[in-house]
Amino acid sequence: MSLQHYLVISSILFSLGIFAVLTRKNAISILMGIELILNSCNLNFVAFSRFVTPAETIVGSEVFRFDGQIIAIFGIVLAAAEAAVFLAIILAIYREFGSIRPDEVDTLKG
Amino acid sequence: MEFTLKTFIFYGFALITIASALAVVTVRNIVHAAFALMVTLFGVAGLYVFLQADFLAATQVIVYVGGILVLILFGVMMTSGRLEMRIHIERGQLLLGGGISLALLMLLLTVIANTPIWKNLTDDGTQLAPTTERIGQLILNEKFLLPFEVVSVLLLVALIGAALISRKEVRD
Repeated sequence: MSLQHYLVISSILFSLGIFAVLTRKNAISILMGIELILNSCNLNFVAFSRFVTPAETIVGSEVFRFDGQIIAIFGIVLAAAEAAVFLAIILAIYREFGSIRPDEVDTLKG
Repeated sequence: MEFTLKTFIFYGFALITIASALAVVTVRNIVHAAFALMVTLFGVAGLYVFLQADFLAATQVIVYVGGILVLILFGVMMTSGRLEMRIHIERGQLLLGGGISLALLMLLLTVIANTPIWKNLTDDGTQLAPTTERIGQLILNEKFLLPFEVVSVLLLVALIGAALISRKEVRD
């Protein structure tokens, strides 16, 4: 398995997520697309940290390559926070408009 | 590359991930899309295992599958009437979105195929030690301590904000 395998998988996930965000008419489906995009980002971080970053050597001459993994952990935390706020906003919109189709929430439109 | 059991399992995980992600964006029923998303997240966790990120794979399963996906299903339950379960897609938007994302995919694949320094980076087969201990050291003791604290404050802010936004308005 080379780096390119992982990069191809994550770019496919990324463009599928973009497709969902662009075409779906339901806010929760858009959230699913965003989750796909975030997952592809995390996969890229971990793959690059496995294959590209210089090895960090610590006591016992074991090799660790870590920074990307920790950034991916932070990415997962941010995804969790984002999902919570997103769903709270969706609930508020549903209570106000009775629908979560983004094109029906157009009160501010002139 | 020789065809071993490991490569077979790797391609299996890759296929599962991509096929279920395709299901997430094409299936018409939103509950089915949520369950397809669960399979995708499990597939990505499997790929993390192949990258020898064991702690991250466990985190992915616990936080994404156990947390975010349940949140999404709650969102579906609380906002979707019987009519809203099915997702409407307009034809023009489908073509436009498909074109844009396909063009993006082609761009990314071209870059990946033509970047020379990424060509020969293959799995050298080195077994990394379990990562959990070292990640704990890095987050709580070394250079990632400040980002860790910042992100925990951010999580608190997001929780309070979510509770505030989603509660019913109290009029007095």
